[in-house]
Amino acid sequence: MNDAVRIIEVKEDILADNALMAKNLNAELTASKTFLMNLMASPGAGKTTTLLATLALIGKHLKVGVMEADIDSKVDAEKIAAAGTEAIQIKTGGFCHMDATMVKTGLDAMDSPRFDLVILENVGNLVCPAEFETGAHLNAMILSIPEGDDKPLKYPLMFSVCQVLLVNKMDYLPLSDFNLDVFRERVRAINPDMTIFEISAKTGEGVDAWAQWLTARVKSVIG
Amino acid sequence: MHELPVMNSILAVVLKHAASNQVKKVVAIHLQVGELSDLEDAWMQQYFDYVSKGSLAEGAVLKIERIPVVMRCSACGHSFRINVKDGMKPLCPECGGDKHSLVSGREYLIKNMEVL
Repeated sequence: MNDAVRIIEVKEDILADNALMAKNLNAELTASKTFLMNLMASPGAGKTTTLLATLALIGKHLKVGVMEADIDSKVDAEKIAAAGTEAIQIKTGGFCHMDATMVKTGLDAMDSPRFDLVILENVGNLVCPAEFETGAHLNAMILSIPEGDDKPLKYPLMFSVCQVLLVNKMDYLPLSDFNLDVFRERVRAINPDMTIFEISAKTGEGVDAWAQWLTARVKSVIG
Repeated sequence: MHELPVMNSILAVVLKHAASNQVKKVVAIHLQVGELSDLEDAWMQQYFDYVSKGSLAEGAVLKIERIPVVMRCSACGHSFRINVKDGMKPLCPECGGDKHSLVSGREYLIKNMEVL
């Protein structure tokens, strides 16, 4: 009888700890009038270039800080800092994403209540960062034209957890077989409420509209 | 990619329950994983085997049940299942509405465990 298999009911959500941490962090940020945006994309989609173009427009209206998360390098933070925005680099040490605890550590290190807006540039991939809530007020993603219009089919979770999508490198569209109508339909299939901006961080096309939208979003939270 | 932190979280929860239930060995773990998750069953098992080495849960079999993606229509409240891989814009089968919110499909639940 001693060796009989018994069943223990567990019923625990393994992401619950992180989700709770994220919820508390979000409340703290709101109370200190700091808006956190979590920016996600593949490597090479243009996260840092898009950030630089965005910062040039919103920096006049908002005090912005940037938290760069990379597995092991600090080139992105150096580029942002060289352009005049405060940036810290978090080396995730092999981790493929940021979780709420790591984000909290970064926010404390940069004394986040000083900022109206903190932008977390998450680790470059469309898989892992989607799984872990960070406490952000806004999940934003970039998908660039060269990556192809099939990505919503391959990474549905990422497209479902974001509220805004920047379609970057629009200047490549004439050279590509990317179908914007098909792409939009695939995005809406997963996330009917997604706000979509078509931009080119390089030429500046469409960045104005996105920057205005983001500024309004931030002000709606920080007052 | 992120199998390792997920498997570490599973192991921590399993060992916590094992300790409070005088468990000698964990034989199997029943997981409920949403269809939106990218984790493959075989890889989850391999990573679990790696992180659980030397613990009470070494050798435990992961029994993984996939939970379908279900949306609730914002207009009429009807819940319906969708296939996220077909790329078709889902319309509510009851009222034709195109605004929905996610009800299930993202979960990582440990339902129960078989132990000695």
